Amino acid sequence: MPNIQFNQIVKQYGAVKVLENLNLAVGEGEFLVLLGPSGCGKTTLLNLLAGLLEVTSGQITIGDRDVTDLDPKDRGLAMVFQSYALYPTKTVRGNLKFGLVAQKLDRAEIDQRIDWVARLLRIEQLLDRKPSQLSGGQRQRVAIGRALVKKVGVFLFDEPLSNLDAKLRTEMRLEIKKLHAELKQTVVYVTHDQIEAMTMATRIAVMDRGVIQQIGTPDEVYESPANIFVAKFIGSPPMNMLEVTLSVSGDKVTGQHVPTATAIDLSGYHFAQRPESGMAASVGLRPEHFTTGVDAAGGQAAVFNLPLLYTEKTGADATAFMAAKDELMAARIEPALVGRLQIGQPVTMGFPSDKLNVFDARTGRRM
Amino acid sequence: MTDTIATSPVMYPRRKRKLRGSTIATYAFLIMCALFFAVPLYVIIVTSFKTMTQISEGEIFSLPREWTVEPWFKAWNTLCTGLECNGIKSGFFNSIQILIPSIAISLILSSITGYALALWNVRWANGFLFVLFMCAFVPFQIIMIPLIILMSRTGFYGSYLAVAIVHAILAMPLLTLIFRNFYKDIPQELMSAAMMDSGSFLRVFVEIILPMSGNIMVVVLILVITSVWNDYLVGLTFAGFSAQPMTLILANAVITSRGEVIYNVDMAAALLTAIPPLVVYFGLGRFFVQGITAGAIKG
Repeated sequence: MPNIQFNQIVKQYGAVKVLENLNLAVGEGEFLVLLGPSGCGKTTLLNLLAGLLEVTSGQITIGDRDVTDLDPKDRGLAMVFQSYALYPTKTVRGNLKFGLVAQKLDRAEIDQRIDWVARLLRIEQLLDRKPSQLSGGQRQRVAIGRALVKKVGVFLFDEPLSNLDAKLRTEMRLEIKKLHAELKQTVVYVTHDQIEAMTMATRIAVMDRGVIQQIGTPDEVYESPANIFVAKFIGSPPMNMLEVTLSVSGDKVTGQHVPTATAIDLSGYHFAQRPESGMAASVGLRPEHFTTGVDAAGGQAAVFNLPLLYTEKTGADATAFMAAKDELMAARIEPALVGRLQIGQPVTMGFPSDKLNVFDARTGRRM
Repeated sequence: MTDTIATSPVMYPRRKRKLRGSTIATYAFLIMCALFFAVPLYVIIVTSFKTMTQISEGEIFSLPREWTVEPWFKAWNTLCTGLECNGIKSGFFNSIQILIPSIAISLILSSITGYALALWNVRWANGFLFVLFMCAFVPFQIIMIPLIILMSRTGFYGSYLAVAIVHAILAMPLLTLIFRNFYKDIPQELMSAAMMDSGSFLRVFVEIILPMSGNIMVVVLILVITSVWNDYLVGLTFAGFSAQPMTLILANAVITSRGEVIYNVDMAAALLTAIPPLVVYFGLGRFFVQGITAGAIKG
């Protein structure tokens, strides 16, 4: 399975630069997810790789081949589209066959591949139906099948699950993951859904405004986001961001959060950049790391005592939202606790010092 | 787009209402409009079934006293144009021989051009489209003489093919725009999928796009058939003597400056000339409406 390289990619529409000097390497057999809000350039990047758009400058290689100027069909890749884009007048078999006939494969090989893919995706009994006679999930399968039959090394997915309902989405997510584990193609997968990214990816590239903000394994991206954007984009509810002013005395670093009049002890945090007194910083606290109801024992970076605004229960989980002056602070709590909390009453929450994220407020980068 | 399931319209019980002044006025206007077209048609139809004796009495609105189909046979077989009395049937076959190549040329040329303009990255596509659009407004009379010269230089003048080619050229701007607008609604991702699978201009057109264009093909087919069949001027200027379409034969027979005017035969001949497009329209009319609205209710 080939690897993919983007070198110095620039994509311009008139005067608007969508991508500027983008570099990205996708390893062999990797499942790379391009994650970002809409308009961040992730689909543009995928289309450049597919050859559906032309780069303004830069170079794309797949394996050892420079594919920058090749036609889509000659790049040795297959793509699954958001709308499935099945050929409406062709049967499922016809859909699977079209790309193979164009490759001038002989008939026995074509039939064999269609059989293989139909069995793999359990669509044998649908082969003679038209796309309009299929359900959403079945169409999705056929679309994946149409990509698989080509037996290429690189797979591109463009938000393939966003048209499915929640249950099917979970199923297909697993199925795609299984397929990847089995066939080991190199996959580039575009989505704005962080759950898809977290569950499927071997690595995630988080994009914003045409720039890759961070690239790393799902854990890396989640546990130690490279900047405020990534920190806020990944996680639901998002990471709480507290604007603090640092004060350093010897080994002790504290961040003073004015709105809640709380001092956050940052001494346990491994600073990559030397903190200085008077510096403005953002402290990020993931909702699920809060501890409730305990007295301020050791190992806590800070203890908050804030009035409860409302609670949300989602089955296995519950979130409490508290008012930090004008801001909301979210904390995951035990669902059993929800009944005992009263709106308007203050809740005491501790935050462990080893789960802190600290960002330079000026640059947005992790400190 | 093609597999739209025909759902029957929901039937709401109609409320009974008193006839109001404005409603009456609307109906009166509509009835007048209908009469405006229906009365001459009625006269033509009854006249074609009357005997000449009854016609000479006047009273054009009266029903035939004695129904006769003889004028229809005469019109078809022995109607005279100038010195020849071969009936209008020769014109019918001429028209058919003009119609078929002009349908073929028009449909192929304009559908492929529309497909290229809508779905492929054609350099200067917008400029080309604008030129086409302007061409749709150029009256035939302006380019008639150059076209005649062109046709006679190339040796086509006076043949069926000459008339067919001129029809195709004249229809091309409008038909291309129709096809282009239809194809513009084809989802971009479908085209992308085809590009990744095959990438061949003709293969994608023939295998993917053409099977999706049934409705618009019918629309264009009806437009071509009606305009070609009802045309007089192109036939007059390009057909010479041997390839005259039905309308020309009809005009030659009816517009006589001497001799007796045989009204019933003339009327029958006129009706015979008008029937083919009507048949086409009634046969394909259902698809015509579907085709026009196809873009609006894409599934």
